[in-house]
Amino acid sequence: MTTETPMTTTSSTLDIGGLEAVYDRLAQAIDTAGEAKAPLFLVKLALLNAQALGDATLFAAHVDAALQDL
Amino acid sequence: MHQPDATPRHSIYYRYQVHAPWLPAAGSAQPRVPVVIVGSGPAGMVTALELARHGVPSVVLESELQVSLGSRAIVFTRRSMEILQQVGVAARMTEAGLPWRNGNSFYRGQRVFRMAAPHDPDDRFFPMLNIQQQSLEEFLVDACKAQPLIDFRWGNKVTAIAQHADHAVLTVDTPAGDYTLPADWVVAADGGRSPLRSMLDLKLEGASYEGFFVIADIRVDLPLPTERLAFFDPDWNPGNTVLMHREPHGIWRVDYQLPTGETPEQALKPESLKARIDATLAMVGHAGAPWEMDWASVYSARTLTLPDYRSGRVLFTGDAAHLLPIFGVRGANTAFQDAQSLGWHLAHVVKGLAGERLLANYSAERVGAAREIIDEAGKSTRFMTPPTRGFQLLRDAVLSLSLQHDFVRPLYHWRTSRPHEYTHSMLNATGDDDGLFTAGPARGAPPRNVRLGADDFLLDHLGGGFELLLFNPAGAVPAPLLAEVDAVRARGVAVRITAIGTAAVQGADQCFADADGHVRARYGVPGSGGAYLLRPDQHVCARWLTLDATRLRAAFAQALPQ
Repeated sequence: MTTETPMTTTSSTLDIGGLEAVYDRLAQAIDTAGEAKAPLFLVKLALLNAQALGDATLFAAHVDAALQDL
Repeated sequence: MHQPDATPRHSIYYRYQVHAPWLPAAGSAQPRVPVVIVGSGPAGMVTALELARHGVPSVVLESELQVSLGSRAIVFTRRSMEILQQVGVAARMTEAGLPWRNGNSFYRGQRVFRMAAPHDPDDRFFPMLNIQQQSLEEFLVDACKAQPLIDFRWGNKVTAIAQHADHAVLTVDTPAGDYTLPADWVVAADGGRSPLRSMLDLKLEGASYEGFFVIADIRVDLPLPTERLAFFDPDWNPGNTVLMHREPHGIWRVDYQLPTGETPEQALKPESLKARIDATLAMVGHAGAPWEMDWASVYSARTLTLPDYRSGRVLFTGDAAHLLPIFGVRGANTAFQDAQSLGWHLAHVVKGLAGERLLANYSAERVGAAREIIDEAGKSTRFMTPPTRGFQLLRDAVLSLSLQHDFVRPLYHWRTSRPHEYTHSMLNATGDDDGLFTAGPARGAPPRNVRLGADDFLLDHLGGGFELLLFNPAGAVPAPLLAEVDAVRARGVAVRITAIGTAAVQGADQCFADADGHVRARYGVPGSGGAYLLRPDQHVCARWLTLDATRLRAAFAQALPQ
């Protein structure tokens, strides 16, 4: 079953191939950054993505979603 | 018995003058005075000078015999200079100070942000002026001495206060013993550690940030312009921030954050100061440059304010009322705005021209300003000295991204002190035309300066009372308006009528031809008949596209509540 996440407002989403590519790329990048620098890397990435998203409200919804079930 | 230090303070560039203490005549009772000002820092002296300008005498009590130890406040904003112009010391400040407008932020040896503060040809003063606080205080002391309404008492230390329904009684200690001084009103301008605040058991509200900074003044010859230099995470001080400013007399202010856990005592050890100042000079490309220490101190960022600046007969102002972060030059620059505000509010109450509600308005406006500053400065503080792991990560991410990405660079903006707009002041007119204007300073805003000619600006001609600006009147101020102004004047309120756009106007106190309509444009007045009413602190309290006597009467009634 697929459900639309409520925070998604753009029509373009990743297909499974795209999502798998992101999955691998991000995992490798976290390893490349190393344990000490991984948080810094992830914050930089989040800021770059937020800027590309161009929507502070949508970004806040993503933050809330990511804080769930930690 | 109070024994203030009579040895001149040490400085390698400033000659301290030790003033003679004021001693009470034995056995003579001190008469009750309208206003006693406790403290002769920038806030106390500007309050005294403003009161005097409105004809109100004051006694200034200063526990020391000399001006400020060390340079302390060194950066003064344009609005501060406009206020200092009102009390007569701007020319000396301009002559002795270093004007500037550019700020730079560096990370990993790269200048990642540069910002020029706006400098309009219509402004007389630069966005910023660097000068040491001792010099500023010296100019203010001279201005106070020249003012017969100010009774300046060096070496007088307040040791107790008793509050009564309509006055307070101060106990004042001097080198000749103590005396009591009754006053209708007491101004607490006794600084960040305010003894009066403690005596009255009043508590500041807000936050204190961890993390200490050293400020050190050194004499060194650096071929660098007068600009703000901020270094983030430099090699010699990882994770921390270093700031530099040029001061007059060949002095540089070096300001650096201490590593977590280091105490102020450790940081102020000569060998620690030497190593870090040497490292700072190396960082700016001048390793080994000879330098000499003048003064060093330690501070931490705090965002604290009293919730009410009136307590019985005591009115708080400046650092006694609030402690604001150094980032964005918020200390003295806020104090000038407080003092200018308190001066006219209190003067009008003392003279019976308004009720004590006016003092509640002083508190409401300036507490509001402090809270706005706390909110704004909090952002700078969280960037300069991140309080948590989250803020640290975000700040570090921004530093890292700023090397290659423009969009994060404005986050380096240092949010300099600016005048508060009293948008919601109870003194603002309610039935004026503010909402119909599309330009010009709005209700509650500070005035806008306008260049009238060579070395001649609009604000040179305004201040000291209410100002009614009439735009493009015909040959005479309309008789009903003039009658209304005369009725207000008859109560003892100072009001000046300034005609703009007409070279000669009967009934106006001064006229500016404004041949090119530039003043009118700056004030957003679309045609003839427009008018502004400015309070004695020059802030707008009403503006109209068309003005009649009824509307003017309503505005004065609002601005001077009984």
